[in-house]
Amino acid sequence: MKVKLLFFAALREQLGRPAEELELPANVATVAALRDHLRARGGEWAQVFAPNRPVRAAVNQDMVQAEARIKAGDEVAFFPPVTGG
Amino acid sequence: MKVAVQREDFDLGAEVRAISKNATIGAVASFVGLVRDVRMTLEHYPGMTERAIRKIVEEAATRWQLIDCTVIHRYGELAPNDQIVLVAVASAHRGDAFAACEFIMDYLKTRAPFWKKEHRAGGATWVASRGADDEAADRWKQGER
Repeated sequence: MKVKLLFFAALREQLGRPAEELELPANVATVAALRDHLRARGGEWAQVFAPNRPVRAAVNQDMVQAEARIKAGDEVAFFPPVTGG
Repeated sequence: MKVAVQREDFDLGAEVRAISKNATIGAVASFVGLVRDVRMTLEHYPGMTERAIRKIVEEAATRWQLIDCTVIHRYGELAPNDQIVLVAVASAHRGDAFAACEFIMDYLKTRAPFWKKEHRAGGATWVASRGADDEAADRWKQGER
Protein backbone atom coordinates (compact mmCIF):
# COMPACT_ATOMS: atom_id res chain seq x y z
CA MET A 1 0.00 0.00 0.00
CA LYS A 2 1.09 3.52 -0.73
CA VAL A 3 1.29 6.28 1.92
CA LYS A 4 2.48 9.86 2.00
CA LEU A 5 5.16 10.70 4.56
CA LEU A 6 5.80 14.20 5.92
CA PHE A 7 8.72 15.35 8.08
CA PHE A 8 8.94 18.58 10.06
CA ALA A 9 11.47 20.77 11.86
CA ALA A 10 14.70 19.01 12.96
CA LEU A 11 13.58 15.72 11.34
CA ARG A 12 12.98 17.41 7.99
CA GLU A 13 16.43 19.02 8.11
CA GLN A 14 18.26 15.89 9.19
CA LEU A 15 16.55 13.68 6.58
CA GLY A 16 17.01 16.33 3.89
CA ARG A 17 13.40 16.18 2.65
CA PRO A 18 9.96 17.50 3.65
CA ALA A 19 7.95 14.63 2.17
CA GLU A 20 7.97 11.40 0.18
CA GLU A 21 5.57 8.86 -1.27
CA LEU A 22 6.30 5.34 -0.08
CA GLU A 23 5.06 1.85 -1.01
CA LEU A 24 4.87 -0.15 2.20
CA PRO A 25 5.21 -3.92 2.55
CA ALA A 26 2.07 -5.67 3.84
CA ASN A 27 3.55 -6.27 7.30
CA VAL A 28 4.00 -2.54 7.97
CA ALA A 29 0.54 -1.64 9.27
CA THR A 30 1.19 0.54 12.33
CA VAL A 31 3.10 3.72 13.10
CA ALA A 32 5.54 1.70 15.23
CA ALA A 33 6.19 -0.72 12.35
CA LEU A 34 6.67 2.20 9.97
CA ARG A 35 9.24 3.72 12.33
CA ASP A 36 11.12 0.38 12.36
CA HIS A 37 10.87 0.18 8.58
CA LEU A 38 12.35 3.67 8.16
CA ARG A 39 15.03 3.06 10.80
CA ALA A 40 16.24 0.06 8.77
CA ARG A 41 17.30 2.42 5.96
CA GLY A 42 20.34 3.19 8.13
CA GLY A 43 22.43 6.38 8.23
CA GLU A 44 20.41 9.48 9.19
CA TRP A 45 17.23 7.38 9.23
CA ALA A 46 18.66 5.14 11.94
CA GLN A 47 19.51 8.23 14.01
CA VAL A 48 16.19 10.03 13.53
CA PHE A 49 14.15 6.94 14.33
CA ALA A 50 16.41 5.59 17.09
CA PRO A 51 14.22 4.12 19.88
CA ASN A 52 15.39 6.66 22.47
CA ARG A 53 14.72 9.71 20.30
CA PRO A 54 11.47 11.54 21.04
CA VAL A 55 9.57 11.50 17.76
CA ARG A 56 5.84 12.24 17.57
CA ALA A 57 3.52 11.04 14.81
CA ALA A 58 0.25 12.13 13.21
CA VAL A 59 -1.97 10.12 10.86
CA ASN A 60 -4.22 12.19 8.61
CA GLN A 61 -3.44 15.25 10.76
CA ASP A 62 -4.40 13.75 14.12
CA MET A 63 -1.69 13.13 16.71
CA VAL A 64 -1.48 9.36 17.37
CA GLN A 65 0.33 6.81 19.53
CA ALA A 66 2.78 4.24 18.15
CA GLU A 67 0.17 1.47 17.94
CA ALA A 68 -2.07 3.49 15.58
CA ARG A 69 -2.90 1.66 12.36
CA ILE A 70 -1.99 2.89 8.87
CA LYS A 71 -3.99 2.24 5.72
CA ALA A 72 -3.46 2.93 2.02
CA GLY A 73 -3.57 6.60 1.11
CA ASP A 74 -2.86 7.86 4.65
CA GLU A 75 -0.78 10.95 5.33
CA VAL A 76 1.70 10.03 8.06
CA ALA A 77 3.78 12.82 9.60
CA PHE A 78 6.80 12.52 11.90
CA PHE A 79 8.08 15.44 13.97
CA PRO A 80 9.78 16.39 17.25
CA PRO A 81 7.75 17.25 20.35
CA VAL A 82 6.02 20.56 19.64
CA THR A 83 7.33 23.92 20.91
CA GLY A 84 4.74 26.53 19.92
CA GLY A 85 2.86 29.08 21.99
CA MET B 1 -14.97 30.68 16.76
CA LYS B 2 -11.99 32.02 14.83
CA VAL B 3 -8.74 30.10 14.38
CA ALA B 4 -6.01 31.69 12.29
CA VAL B 5 -2.44 30.58 11.59
CA GLN B 6 -0.73 33.44 9.83
CA ARG B 7 2.52 35.29 9.16
CA GLU B 8 0.97 38.69 9.83
CA ASP B 9 0.79 40.43 13.19
CA PHE B 10 -2.55 40.88 14.98
CA ASP B 11 -4.32 43.65 16.89
CA LEU B 12 -5.41 42.56 20.37
CA GLY B 13 -7.96 45.37 20.72
CA ALA B 14 -9.62 44.62 17.40
CA GLU B 15 -9.79 40.88 18.14
CA VAL B 16 -11.29 41.42 21.60
CA ARG B 17 -13.87 43.86 20.22
CA ALA B 18 -14.80 41.36 17.51
CA ILE B 19 -15.82 38.73 20.11
CA SER B 20 -17.54 41.22 22.46
CA LYS B 21 -20.52 42.08 20.26
CA ASN B 22 -23.15 40.15 22.16
CA ALA B 23 -25.10 41.29 25.22
CA THR B 24 -24.85 37.85 26.87
CA ILE B 25 -21.07 38.29 27.18
CA GLY B 26 -19.94 39.55 30.55
CA ALA B 27 -16.24 38.65 30.39
CA VAL B 28 -13.45 38.43 27.82
CA ALA B 29 -10.14 36.95 28.97
CA SER B 30 -7.17 37.23 26.63
CA PHE B 31 -3.56 36.07 26.58
CA VAL B 32 -0.81 37.32 24.26
CA GLY B 33 2.51 35.46 24.00
CA LEU B 34 5.60 37.45 22.97
CA VAL B 35 9.03 36.50 21.63
CA ARG B 36 11.55 36.67 24.45
CA ASP B 37 15.27 37.45 23.93
CA VAL B 38 16.07 36.03 20.48
CA ARG B 39 15.10 36.08 16.83
CA MET B 40 13.32 32.91 15.77
CA THR B 41 11.64 31.04 12.94
CA LEU B 42 8.39 29.22 13.62
CA GLU B 43 7.54 26.22 11.46
CA HIS B 44 4.12 24.56 11.48
CA TYR B 45 2.15 21.76 9.82
CA PRO B 46 -0.36 23.51 7.53
CA GLY B 47 -3.79 21.94 7.86
CA MET B 48 -3.07 19.95 11.00
CA THR B 49 -2.25 23.08 13.00
CA GLU B 50 -5.67 24.68 12.46
CA ARG B 51 -7.36 21.32 13.03
CA ALA B 52 -5.46 20.72 16.31
CA ILE B 53 -6.31 24.21 17.62
CA ARG B 54 -10.00 23.77 16.74
CA LYS B 55 -10.08 20.48 18.65
CA ILE B 56 -8.54 22.18 21.71
CA VAL B 57 -11.14 24.96 21.60
CA GLU B 58 -13.94 22.40 21.15
CA GLU B 59 -12.67 20.52 24.20
CA ALA B 60 -12.59 23.76 26.21
CA ALA B 61 -16.21 24.38 25.17
CA THR B 62 -17.23 21.05 26.73
CA ARG B 63 -15.69 22.08 30.07
CA TRP B 64 -16.69 25.74 30.34
CA GLN B 65 -19.44 27.93 29.03
CA LEU B 66 -17.89 29.74 26.05
CA ILE B 67 -19.80 32.19 23.92
CA ASP B 68 -16.98 32.95 21.47
CA CYS B 69 -13.26 32.38 21.10
CA THR B 70 -10.40 33.57 18.89
CA VAL B 71 -6.99 31.90 18.59
CA ILE B 72 -4.30 33.41 16.36
CA HIS B 73 -0.83 31.88 16.10
CA ARG B 74 1.90 33.31 13.90
CA TYR B 75 4.61 31.46 11.98
CA GLY B 76 7.68 32.49 9.97
CA GLU B 77 10.36 34.96 11.07
CA LEU B 78 9.82 36.67 14.41
CA ALA B 79 11.96 39.15 16.38
CA PRO B 80 12.24 39.84 20.13
CA ASN B 81 9.11 41.48 21.50
CA ASP B 82 6.97 40.40 18.51
CA GLN B 83 3.58 38.95 19.32
CA ILE B 84 3.40 35.17 18.64
CA VAL B 85 0.07 33.97 19.92
CA LEU B 86 -3.32 35.31 20.98
CA VAL B 87 -6.04 33.44 22.84
CA ALA B 88 -9.20 35.42 23.61
CA VAL B 89 -12.26 33.83 25.23
CA ALA B 90 -15.70 35.41 25.68
CA SER B 91 -18.10 34.07 28.29
CA ALA B 92 -20.94 35.21 30.54
CA HIS B 93 -18.67 35.22 33.60
CA ARG B 94 -14.97 35.67 34.30
CA GLY B 95 -14.36 32.27 35.88
CA ASP B 96 -15.13 30.41 32.68
CA ALA B 97 -13.25 32.93 30.54
CA PHE B 98 -10.06 32.82 32.66
CA ALA B 99 -10.02 29.02 32.97
CA ALA B 100 -10.77 28.33 29.30
CA CYS B 101 -8.11 30.82 28.18
CA GLU B 102 -5.43 29.16 30.32
CA PHE B 103 -6.55 25.64 29.30
CA ILE B 104 -6.42 26.49 25.58
CA MET B 105 -2.94 28.00 25.98
CA ASP B 106 -1.60 25.02 27.97
CA TYR B 107 -2.97 22.50 25.47
CA LEU B 108 -1.78 24.54 22.51
CA LYS B 109 1.79 24.33 23.81
CA THR B 110 1.75 20.51 23.84
CA ARG B 111 -0.70 19.59 21.05
CA ALA B 112 -0.48 22.15 18.24
CA PRO B 113 2.25 21.32 15.69
CA PHE B 114 4.58 24.32 15.87
CA TRP B 115 8.36 24.22 16.20
CA LYS B 116 10.63 27.12 17.17
CA LYS B 117 14.12 27.55 15.79
CA GLU B 118 16.22 30.16 17.59
CA HIS B 119 18.84 32.21 15.78
CA ARG B 120 21.74 33.14 18.05
CA ALA B 121 25.25 34.42 17.31
CA GLY B 122 26.59 30.83 17.44
CA GLY B 123 24.04 29.54 14.92
CA ALA B 124 20.47 28.29 14.70
CA THR B 125 19.07 25.61 17.02
CA TRP B 126 15.69 23.94 17.38
CA VAL B 127 14.11 24.60 20.76
CA ALA B 128 13.74 21.47 22.92
CA SER B 129 10.28 20.80 24.34
CA ARG B 130 9.84 21.55 28.04
CA GLY B 131 8.63 19.04 30.57
CA ALA B 132 6.98 21.98 32.39
CA ASP B 133 4.64 22.43 29.40
CA ASP B 134 3.55 18.78 29.57
CA GLU B 135 2.93 19.16 33.30
CA ALA B 136 0.89 22.32 32.73
CA ALA B 137 -1.29 20.48 30.20
CA ASP B 138 -1.50 17.30 32.32
CA ARG B 139 -2.86 19.04 35.42
CA TRP B 140 -6.14 19.65 33.54
CA LYS B 141 -6.61 15.87 33.35
CA GLN B 142 -6.22 15.27 37.07
CA GLY B 143 -9.22 17.28 38.18
CA GLU B 144 -7.05 19.75 40.09
CA ARG B 145 -9.16 22.53 38.72
